[in-house]
Amino acid sequence: MQEAPATNQIDTRDMALAIRRHAVQMTHLGKSSHVGSVLSLADILGVLYGRVMAVDPADPRWVDRDRFILSKGHAGAGVYAALAERGFLPREQLKTHYQNGSKLSGHVSHKGVPGVEFSTGSLGHGLSVGTGMALAAKRAGRGNRVYVLLSDGECDEGSNWEAIMFAAHHKLDNLVVAVDYNKIQSLDLVANTLALEPFADKWRAFGWHVTEVDGHDHDALLAALDVPAGGRGQPSVVICHTTKGKGVSFMENQVLWHYRTPQGDEYRDARAELGLTGEGEIADA
Amino acid sequence: MRDAFIAELMEMAEQDPSIMLITGDLGFGVLNTYVERFPHQFLNAGVAEQNMTGLAAGLALEGHKVYTYSIGNFTTLRCLEQLRNDVCYHDADVTAVAVGGGFSYGQLGMSHFATEDLAILRALPNMTVIAPSDPWETRVLTRQMAAAPGPKYLRLDKGKAGLAVDEGDVTLGKVRTIRDGKALTIVTIGAILSEALKAADALAADGIDARILSAHTLKPLESAPLVAAARETGAIVCVEEHNVVGGLASAVAQLCLEQGAAPKAFRAVGLGDLYPTIVGDQDYLRAAYGMDASAIAKACHAALGVAA
Repeated sequence: MQEAPATNQIDTRDMALAIRRHAVQMTHLGKSSHVGSVLSLADILGVLYGRVMAVDPADPRWVDRDRFILSKGHAGAGVYAALAERGFLPREQLKTHYQNGSKLSGHVSHKGVPGVEFSTGSLGHGLSVGTGMALAAKRAGRGNRVYVLLSDGECDEGSNWEAIMFAAHHKLDNLVVAVDYNKIQSLDLVANTLALEPFADKWRAFGWHVTEVDGHDHDALLAALDVPAGGRGQPSVVICHTTKGKGVSFMENQVLWHYRTPQGDEYRDARAELGLTGEGEIADA
Repeated sequence: MRDAFIAELMEMAEQDPSIMLITGDLGFGVLNTYVERFPHQFLNAGVAEQNMTGLAAGLALEGHKVYTYSIGNFTTLRCLEQLRNDVCYHDADVTAVAVGGGFSYGQLGMSHFATEDLAILRALPNMTVIAPSDPWETRVLTRQMAAAPGPKYLRLDKGKAGLAVDEGDVTLGKVRTIRDGKALTIVTIGAILSEALKAADALAADGIDARILSAHTLKPLESAPLVAAARETGAIVCVEEHNVVGGLASAVAQLCLEQGAAPKAFRAVGLGDLYPTIVGDQDYLRAAYGMDASAIAKACHAALGVAA
């Protein structure tokens, strides 16, 4: 087995901040939605791509890599940003996100983008695919892990619960789900739409190992997410309690910022809050 | 056909440990031998076709050759978006196998009639669409499909055309010429070829020699035999146990027109864009919904502008 690339020495907080800065600029330049969703999961991505996952930008298809599927594909800008920070693609390319002719679609796509494991966008697909990948790793005797990041609203999709049953039945303890539980979905609060609570108990009842963490606390995320592939005899879910729009005060906990794009004064203020100075765009982030 | 498929799959699974058969909790009495012989190349995903198909994509992207298995529309329409996004967009080596094309489960009611599957599956980029006409042809095509990576749909029928085994005449991606003729051409897909053969016999009694083509591979659809049929014969009559919208007739018409080979006359024999509301065996429903031998012969007469 090839040694894991010794590149996981990135400061995960720097990584998360870079993802936030990129996300605000990408959604500004592309006049696109979902900046609140990316800000919500930036710390989870920062910890996964900065420290936890064994990936190799020089060999994106390295067979023993940890797999990552962003099932909430609408936050794809965050994955592109993380991949750029890890050297899978040039930071400059992030400017093309959402633009005519770009490979960086609003919902994450693997076509022509090294490092993207799987394309999503329609909710409720990623977990089944990740379950298949985890099963394949077990069958092949590989020690890699499979990470799937779900949104809270996405847990409305019944297909997830099919996969949740399957993964527990087959004891896929190399499968780790993170739920970005920011309590806000497209049009309203999760609690006002289809209540998920008691959420952790639901997962437990389905046979999963459950951890609940502050989804912006890097030490807690690291401890919960960096689990060995195997040993528990059950799949793991890390319910990450997050704040939608985290890091930009006027976006935090606002349903509005699921779809609104940062422009004008709002863009200027968001940049300032994230410590972006001057007029420079992405490559300077 | 399903037994033929499983028999061929067992031969292949013996040689290829990457083969995985996943059922959506169906196949009682059919899969037993496979399960006994290849327990590690088998999964029952439960009654959960969306997960089955996403799971299949994940396994395929990790190097498995995956077959999802169920009846009617359960491996296709029930999980259509998983086929589209997870399997086809990722070009994953997954074959969706549906037992019970058309009216195979004629007594079970409309939920179990697969009568829009060909049109819908054909519209998915990267998807190969196959409907054999005989059990032995199923074995040949199953073997050939295994050698062609990527998304595939295999529609299996309870009926059979009843043709003599001629393995050399069956090639994935090719249209089979079943019978030559000059007056007109009947193009069929699947086991309803048996009705076309009977219709051709009746037409022959009237002095009309019908060419019969079997398009077991609906996608990609081979061009040359169809263009030749349009140019050399007096009409094309398409026959499918399927909605007349979007399936074989649509594919043949588009192909001929794009090739500048408009048929002199054209008819689509099939289900007239409706949901059947009665049940019966396959032969009964073919007759009731206008796609049995006499309906085909009638359409041929009409296409040629001659009285029956």
